[in-house]
Amino acid sequence: MRHQAIVKTIQLGLRSLWLHKLRSCLTMLGLIFGVGSVVTMLAVGEGASQQAIDKIRKLGATNIIISTEVPKAKQKGRIRMKIFGLTNKDFESIAQTCDRVRHLIPARIINTQSMSKNRLKDIRLIGTKANYFQLIDQPLLTGRTLLDFDLEQRAQVCVISEKIARELLNNSHTIGQEILLKDQYFKVVGIIQSAEQTDQNSFTQPTDVIIPISTMKTLFGDSAIENKGGSTTWEKVELHKIYAQTYSTEDVEQTAKAIETIIEDNHPDKDFNISVPLALLKQTMETRRMFNIVLGAIAGISLLVGGIGIMNIMLANVTERVREIGIRRAIGAKKIHIVGQFLIETVVLSVLGGLIGILCGISLPAIITYFTEMPTLITSGSIILAFGISASIGILFGLYPAYRAASLDPIKALRNE
Amino acid sequence: MKPVIQIQDVCKTYFMGENKVDALKNVSMDFCEGEFWALLGPSGSGKSTLLNMMGCLDSPTSGTCLIDGIDVSTMNDNQLSDLRLSRLGFIFQSFNLIQQLTVAENITLPLFYQGWTEKESQERAIELASLVELEHRTDHLPKELSGGQQQRVAIARALANNPSIILADEPTGALDTKTGDQIMALLTDLNKQGITIIMVTHEPEVADFASHKLHMRDGIIEKIERPECAIKL
Ligand SMILES: Nc1ncnc2c1ncn2[C@@H]1O[C@H](COP(=O)(O)OP(=O)(O)OP(=O)(O)O)[C@@H](O)[C@H]1O
Ligand SMILES: [Mg+2]
Repeated sequence: MRHQAIVKTIQLGLRSLWLHKLRSCLTMLGLIFGVGSVVTMLAVGEGASQQAIDKIRKLGATNIIISTEVPKAKQKGRIRMKIFGLTNKDFESIAQTCDRVRHLIPARIINTQSMSKNRLKDIRLIGTKANYFQLIDQPLLTGRTLLDFDLEQRAQVCVISEKIARELLNNSHTIGQEILLKDQYFKVVGIIQSAEQTDQNSFTQPTDVIIPISTMKTLFGDSAIENKGGSTTWEKVELHKIYAQTYSTEDVEQTAKAIETIIEDNHPDKDFNISVPLALLKQTMETRRMFNIVLGAIAGISLLVGGIGIMNIMLANVTERVREIGIRRAIGAKKIHIVGQFLIETVVLSVLGGLIGILCGISLPAIITYFTEMPTLITSGSIILAFGISASIGILFGLYPAYRAASLDPIKALRNE
Repeated sequence: MKPVIQIQDVCKTYFMGENKVDALKNVSMDFCEGEFWALLGPSGSGKSTLLNMMGCLDSPTSGTCLIDGIDVSTMNDNQLSDLRLSRLGFIFQSFNLIQQLTVAENITLPLFYQGWTEKESQERAIELASLVELEHRTDHLPKELSGGQQQRVAIARALANNPSIILADEPTGALDTKTGDQIMALLTDLNKQGITIIMVTHEPEVADFASHKLHMRDGIIEKIERPECAIKL
């Protein structure tokens, strides 16, 4: 059929849909729900996985994070003195054994407070080495980062984030000022960009203050005393974290395994945990793939139901319009014209339903995000997919009714009352 | 005169389970260009069956039906459609307009299948509507018209493709005598312009508008009346 005839047929299709408004709406409902849920679920799924991927990517794809954990056995007991966690010995063994590691960085972390303008501020004190700055994704804004020299000298210097600088310094971009950390004065030598406020688990925090690990050990020791409900616990932890960065993503998993075997023997209590962002990323991808399959199946079923509904109505439509088909055939319409007419009408119905479904599918995620703060992401791909699906449903489920219409015997069709 | 439709030894048998109905029994007949035929006969005598066969809507059980000398049974479905579209015009007792289309759209339906542009067919619709004196009703729906007006729309539609043959099955059957006469006047006019008309009717008064008459009974031709003489078979 020519372009003009198609346009005309679409017009007629819309008119006959308008003629049976309620019926058309009810028929489209299945498809509206189907397409709407496809777009919505894709948006929610996409948003969630994007968020997860972003978070994991921030941790670095070539990184391995080894953390001290409070061992289970010691968590329960009423033991006052706890000695556990990663040690410098672990650090040395890893450094000597693993050759695919580019940076190996120890870190001690003390959650403490800083005094400023007569107010206490919560900060997180990180004692580490100079190459820590190679690991984090926070560019230097002013001054310098820590140097090996600082570590050798056990210098009382610190690098702080912009956020801390604003809160603690008199003039937020002037380095060289001294600030009080715990109970010691440190000279600010550099200001780095603040880490994004994410959750507790992310390895950089906006309140990070970075000092040489040697200085930390000398000034604060490696034990912490905590008063909790009248009983005092004394914790001794040498290192809280060891960060290992490999040369490439291919080395990550193997190196992680190697590290585990190296330090396992020193820790019968299993008081450490190795986390590999890349593995998490892969796992997230896999979960997402599974999620997509399940989602696709659900959407497929609802679309199938919608399609069957459309086919049902179109069959009824054909039966209702047998006379019209007879008239058209008597006048000289070919079978292909009748097929075209009913097919286009079905596609008009399904595409209309699809478009309304897409509109629902676009607005629903926005509402979800507004009320639940769950991230959603509508990709143009999902909209094109939804549109394509609704058009193909029209064609697929319209073919049989259209074929039925075209294969009617003209003379019998004309006789039909 | 050149024969446009030739019926040669045509039989049509309907099987209804055990029963067998012979609607046409070895009918042979030539219809020539420019003639105005009235097919008469009692109900069930096979008039409609014969007309539908001539309109390529139905096929004979045996025998041949030739249009312009071509055997219809050799044509496929598409060729038959093309033949109907280019040469034939149908008028029915019950008008058979498409209810959801406007008068103009009903009239130009054959042109739609002939691939006319929207603009061309709109002009033609007005031309045809004024021929049947309905130019002011082109945007109406069929249900908003009277029976006579609807039949005039049907005639305009039958004329849209400039057919050389018009097949009418009781065109006045659903109309009163006065409107029936208007329709017949229209058809007579068309016949004068050279269109061959074959019309089924019950009413002798209506048949009198025709130049030729064919009487049928029980699936056979009983009598043929030509303008010069009446031949008794
Ligand atoms: N589709 C069909 N199935 C079975 N029998 C049929 C069919 N069509 C027609 N007949 C039979 O064929 C015979 C001729 O029918 P036809 O419709 O040609 O009569 P007619 O002369 O047009 O009658 P009327 O004046 O009532 O319209 C009738 O006996 C009818 O019952
Ligand atoms: Mg009849």
